[in-house]
Amino acid sequence: MMAPEHWITAHKIPVGTAMAAVIDVVRHYGLGVFDAISDVVGACADGLTIMLLDIPPLLLVAVAIVGAWFLRRSWKLVALIALGLLFIINQGYWNETMATLSLILFSTLCCMVVGVPLGVVSAHRPRLAQVLHPILDLMQTLPTFVYLIPTLILFGLGTVPGMISTIIFAVPAPIRMTQMGIARVPRSLIEAGEAFGATERQILWKIELPAALPLIQAGLTQCIMLSLSMVVIAALVGAGGLGVPVVRALNTVQVDVGFESGFVIVLLAIMLDRLCRSKEPAQ
Amino acid sequence: MSETANVALDFRNIDILFDRSGRRGAIEAALARLDAGETREEISRALKVTVGVAGANLGVARGEISVLMGLSGSGKSTLLRAANRLNQPIRGEVRIGNGSAWLDIARCDGDTLRELRKTRIAMVFQQFGLLPWRSVRDNVGFGLELRGMAPSVRREIVEEKLALVGLSSWADAQVHELSGGMQQRVGLARAFATDADILLMDEPFSALDPLIRRKLQDELMDLQKRLKKTILFVSHDIDEALKIGSRITIMREGRIVQTGTPGDITLRPINDYVADFIRHMNPLPTILAAAFMRRFRDLPVRPDGLLDAGTIAIDQHAPTAHVADRGVVMRACGEWEPGAVCIVPTHMSLGEVIVMRQRSGFPVLVEEDGQLVGVCDDADIYQALSGERRRG
Ligand SMILES: Nc1ncnc2c1ncn2[C@@H]1O[C@H](COP(=O)(O)OP(=O)(O)OP(=O)(O)O)[C@@H](O)[C@H]1O
Ligand SMILES: [Mg+2]
Repeated sequence: MMAPEHWITAHKIPVGTAMAAVIDVVRHYGLGVFDAISDVVGACADGLTIMLLDIPPLLLVAVAIVGAWFLRRSWKLVALIALGLLFIINQGYWNETMATLSLILFSTLCCMVVGVPLGVVSAHRPRLAQVLHPILDLMQTLPTFVYLIPTLILFGLGTVPGMISTIIFAVPAPIRMTQMGIARVPRSLIEAGEAFGATERQILWKIELPAALPLIQAGLTQCIMLSLSMVVIAALVGAGGLGVPVVRALNTVQVDVGFESGFVIVLLAIMLDRLCRSKEPAQ
Repeated sequence: MSETANVALDFRNIDILFDRSGRRGAIEAALARLDAGETREEISRALKVTVGVAGANLGVARGEISVLMGLSGSGKSTLLRAANRLNQPIRGEVRIGNGSAWLDIARCDGDTLRELRKTRIAMVFQQFGLLPWRSVRDNVGFGLELRGMAPSVRREIVEEKLALVGLSSWADAQVHELSGGMQQRVGLARAFATDADILLMDEPFSALDPLIRRKLQDELMDLQKRLKKTILFVSHDIDEALKIGSRITIMREGRIVQTGTPGDITLRPINDYVADFIRHMNPLPTILAAAFMRRFRDLPVRPDGLLDAGTIAIDQHAPTAHVADRGVVMRACGEWEPGAVCIVPTHMSLGEVIVMRQRSGFPVLVEEDGQLVGVCDDADIYQALSGERRRG
């Protein structure tokens, strides 16, 4: 007689192998597609990095200061940006910072392009929202390393798998926030639009999106922060940026390098957060 | 009917039901029960279907302010919102005059409906329904913007409508900087901006405090004298209804109980429900002398041929008034002087009659077309105040 638990282990349900088989099939038939994605996305992100690095750092600092002033009109923020960027130059992490910045900007752009429309659609279709909800949960709770492996297989080593993992991790934020924002638009405002003869499209553009804007913006900020929190993991699969010195420090047990790059990451996070966070709402 | 020529908006046999059950066929089943005479409660309990409005017939004449009244949940808003199909009638027609033909709003296609909403029917909301991220100017121009009107053309119209409601200097303010009364003026200007001839107003002044509310009522009536819109107005305030309404409709549990002029409603309530409703109004500004005076033909005649009106006697043919057989002077209320009997027109309100009764110390005489027709003495005033006569 077999022990019952022995029977259970003997009939292992092939969850892992099934997923592996799926990835295999995808890879087999979609190799061309994935290579193309990999090339295009990689070229864009790397191109952006090269462009940023082409600009003299001090000029870029000046541009950032002027931009921050026009965006927020706050001396405090301008001072923070100026000192922060100068500190980064001082520490010798400018190149890594620019690589990280372009990775973040690019994946955030992708997240918003996918996330906002998806959020809008799911706000209008409760059924879709119900289906989407557990998938988004899964995307945010599944340990990153787990989907790092298949992205590696599909896209090869480099910037792209790092970015894909970043997007998978960060895209639920704009989807959720957009959906919440749109779903929370007061019924009375929509009816005001209807009563004056607005088409569905006009209601979306003139009422729902403006009303949801604060939450969409919060989604953007979250998305940037989540992307930033992925830099170290992105570095593990070969993406450049501030994650690289952290990984190196880990491998060679260099406390100083670890802290330096850690500080720079935190500093970048604070600057981006202050820059993106919406103004204190009037009243 | 000759009356239909003058009707701008015509509700015919409107039933509006809300399905809370989500079951297919629930609405049909509810209609069958409704036709079989079951009440709203029975239908609601049995089928989880709310009867919002049942069997409503109402014509709104061009240029009048027609007020829908009733307790909370009586279906006022639901009926009003059928006029621009924010609520879809399950049965019945909502007809709107369209040139020479009639158009059924309840069944027309989407494009026609949008066209009507853009050009013919505008709406003012209880909670204002303004877009908080827009300036006052852009809120007023909202309807025109939806039509695709160019900003430069829009601007002129917006300025004009802002001037109409007295908010010209606030054009560039943000909505939240304005008080409630001013916000609702923006709502009014937005509705006027599209030049719609029909205005739907769902308790537009209920969210405002009483002083501002009265002020806006006066402003609305002033504007109405000039603009002559057809207005369907929901209110739960009988005084407001009597003040601004040229026609009042009382609703109860989704059905129309009575429709009539303020005079009809106050003097000839169709049943106890309406009478009860009326009893809570402030009678002073709303009841007119014509409604509560005693007509000469109802006065007893004295042996000497004079009409006996208590402290004074009246010679209807001279015409003169006598107190203890001595003649007294009679004066129209504008020219009244101490010692004279006061004569008021039939449209004088109860409140004003009381003032004249008090000042002159005599019963007040009422004239119509230059003829003395009646008298208001204390007994008549008390009766009017207590509402006894009005109920009979
Ligand atoms: N969209 C809706 N869905 C379900 N039920 C509704 C809907 N709109 C109205 N009702 C119901 O229809 C009935 C009539 O509502 P309505 O809003 O017309 O009342 P009202 O006379 O305007 O009352 P109030 O003075 O409170 O505004 C109520 O029982 C209400 O619950
Ligand atoms: Mg209502």
